[in-house]
Amino acid sequence: MSVKLNTRQIGDVSVVDVAGRITLGEGSSALRDTLREMVGKGQKKILLNLGEVSYIDSSGIGELVSAFTTVTNGGGQLKLLNLTKRVKDLLQITKLYTVFDVHDSEVSAIRSFV
Amino acid sequence: MGEESRQTSETVERFLDSTLGSVDSAEELALSVAQRAGFDEGDLMKIGMAVRESMVNAVAHGNRYNANKKVRLSVASDGERFTVRIADEGDGFDFCDLPDPRSQENLMRASGRGIFLVRSFMDEFQIRRLEPGGTEVTLVKYMVSK
Repeated sequence: MSVKLNTRQIGDVSVVDVAGRITLGEGSSALRDTLREMVGKGQKKILLNLGEVSYIDSSGIGELVSAFTTVTNGGGQLKLLNLTKRVKDLLQITKLYTVFDVHDSEVSAIRSFV
Repeated sequence: MGEESRQTSETVERFLDSTLGSVDSAEELALSVAQRAGFDEGDLMKIGMAVRESMVNAVAHGNRYNANKKVRLSVASDGERFTVRIADEGDGFDFCDLPDPRSQENLMRASGRGIFLVRSFMDEFQIRRLEPGGTEVTLVKYMVSK
């Protein structure tokens, strides 16, 4: 499996459930397209649920960074939910862990949006 | 590294097309050899990712997906060292001055983390220019804890 993206709306927060592999090629571009579409529609509060992400490479990490920059520059907020150990380790190694607002609980993540 | 190594010596070599499919194939091949060599899950993750990132560099940045160019992959384990060599036929790149992706000015860049991750995950990393053209990277993971 490459990547599966399901989007749901909770109040004014758009939650994207990501499952599978975010790697160079289909996985990274699918995530990029989905997030660009959301930003294009004016959605400013985006929560990426990465709990079912089995693999992410440097391209996938780059997509997370690009998405964060795009959403933030547009006046919005992008937060991460349910990082697997693998994703968390990679974000720590690359010093990106503190850049993102990371949550373990969907309820608290939703509440944290202002 | 697991407590016991299951196989003492193995070498495989492949010539792969310059496609993203080859990236998956190379990772699978390296992981199968590493698994037989007895690496644990944590090391397998590191090896797999280092091979993937190096293959992406060879296929995408080295050979630029050119159907006429191949990537040579060799994977060897000898009981002490697990060695992966990946060589492309590209124009090469300036690898002497790779910026640190963790520095403040590079932190939010969308790319430039591949080689950094390879270096982080492997015990040795070497890169050399090939004549008449191409780049070869050598990745080594120690099979005996030092």
